Amino acid sequence: MPGKKKLVCINCPVGCLIEVTLNGDTISSINGYKCKRGIEYARAECTNPVRIVTSTVKVKNGCLPVVPVKTEKPIPKRLIWDCMKEINRCCVKAPVKIGDVIVENLLDTGINIVATGNVPEAREKNGS
Amino acid sequence: MKKVDLVVIGGGPAGMAAAVKAKEKGVQDVLILERENNLGGILNQCIHNGFGLHYFGEELTGPEYAARFIDKVHRMNIPYLLETMVLNIDSDKTVTAVNSAEGVFTIKAKSIILAMGCRERTRGALNIPGTRPSGIYTAGTAQKYVNICGYMPGKSVVILGSGDIGLIMARRLALEGAQVKMVCELLPYSSGLTRNIVQCLDDYSIPLRLNHTVIAVHGKERLEGVTVAEVDQDRKPIPETAEFVPCDTLLLSVGLIPENELSRDAGIELDPVTSGPVVDNRMETLVEGIFACGNVAHVHDLVDNVSNESELAGESAAEYILGTNVPDREEAITVKAGNGIRYTVPRIIRKQSLSRNSVKIFFRVADVNRNVKLAARCGNNILLERKKVKVTPGEMETLELKAEDLQEIKAGEELVIEVKTNGEGQ
Ligand code: SF4
Repeated sequence: MPGKKKLVCINCPVGCLIEVTLNGDTISSINGYKCKRGIEYARAECTNPVRIVTSTVKVKNGCLPVVPVKTEKPIPKRLIWDCMKEINRCCVKAPVKIGDVIVENLLDTGINIVATGNVPEAREKNGS
Repeated sequence: MKKVDLVVIGGGPAGMAAAVKAKEKGVQDVLILERENNLGGILNQCIHNGFGLHYFGEELTGPEYAARFIDKVHRMNIPYLLETMVLNIDSDKTVTAVNSAEGVFTIKAKSIILAMGCRERTRGALNIPGTRPSGIYTAGTAQKYVNICGYMPGKSVVILGSGDIGLIMARRLALEGAQVKMVCELLPYSSGLTRNIVQCLDDYSIPLRLNHTVIAVHGKERLEGVTVAEVDQDRKPIPETAEFVPCDTLLLSVGLIPENELSRDAGIELDPVTSGPVVDNRMETLVEGIFACGNVAHVHDLVDNVSNESELAGESAAEYILGTNVPDREEAITVKAGNGIRYTVPRIIRKQSLSRNSVKIFFRVADVNRNVKLAARCGNNILLERKKVKVTPGEMETLELKAEDLQEIKAGEELVIEVKTNGEGQ
């Protein structure tokens, strides 16, 4: 049974309206994207939707109490809440630099959680 | 009095891109003045991804995007002063600023780039009746609390206004365990990007209530709930639809306003629609030698566009300082926001500066519409037309006009940007 699915590509803020024509479970055509990332997105959204997760992780002894982090690559949508549990369990020590691996191989996905900000050490030690 | 060739006010994405470009184009003496204690501006608290795809060709988070420009500023040895607040600008380009190291000081500049960004509209600007309990924040303030300070503003949240920061914060608070009850939007459509509705609300089953607003807040010390109601076509609340929604936090995401107190005091003419300075195609304001770029000029959806626009301002300031391109102000084309258009940037095109290959006109439409044509015309002469399946005021549009086409237009004539809906003529 041919069917149509309308999606909004979330890969960039342009937000192209993409129309996927499905024949049963197979994709027969994809229209409306402005760049090829849109094709990949539409395909994934119909089979295994994924998202990049961004959050913050506690920092000890830093000049700021938290450092921003992200999953290096998009992870399956169904893992978002487990990913947040991992992130909330974490605590790192300053200094933290952009790109530092915070969690290796998150939930066996092969994807790392990395720092996206710099947090230098606090000038005076305040212990927290 | 200290003398500097180019003073850039604001060390966010706009200021940094402008300063870097001006230096690349040969201005040796550049100084950035920044109010906060680090460069990067609001990007530092925008920890979500989605930045840089157009400018850098890869997807970055806000702090990562900022860091790329901070690195450039450092590599090019561009000096900057942090925790330095500009108090006043004169039209003769004297800048008065204050910081704890130097006290109040003045700088005489050959050129100034305004890159102060924008700020959020607050509850005061909205007039919601009720008590004044704690627990009411602008979305950006809540964003700072969560992402920089590391604490949660509350546990159960209603968001008023579906601007992008509100949508982003809906997801952020949901991820951190808050119960986000709903996002209310007064208008029949969201002012945020569609992608944010999908990935911030739909993904987390957060309802978006269009044509709804908050008509009262309740609670003495701390917010205990809000009354939400549907609105009619005239945006007046319908009393029968009023509903009490318990919550301890109300976030406001009801729009951004360019921060232009300094510009106004300097006698720079502002556009009543954008609240930003009127600028020409080189991002020069109506005061010669003072340029504006980024969200201080008009509120952008994409930081990538801010960077491009700011580089243009930086380059133009360099040409002004070095005297390589100072166009005759008489030789100007006026850009007019025609049918269905809220505003355009620029508002003026200087004919003698058209050596660059093209001029990009940025604009917002006034209403949501489908299957339209966006057009640029002078009289009956259509310079450019582009079909669009969907336009919304939440998304900035552009038309790129060729310099040679613009040269055809006589000084003093009008270039009209307009939306053509189906079936209608011009
Ligand atoms: S298809 Fe390309 S241009 Fe369109 S939203 Fe997706 S990433 Fe952006």
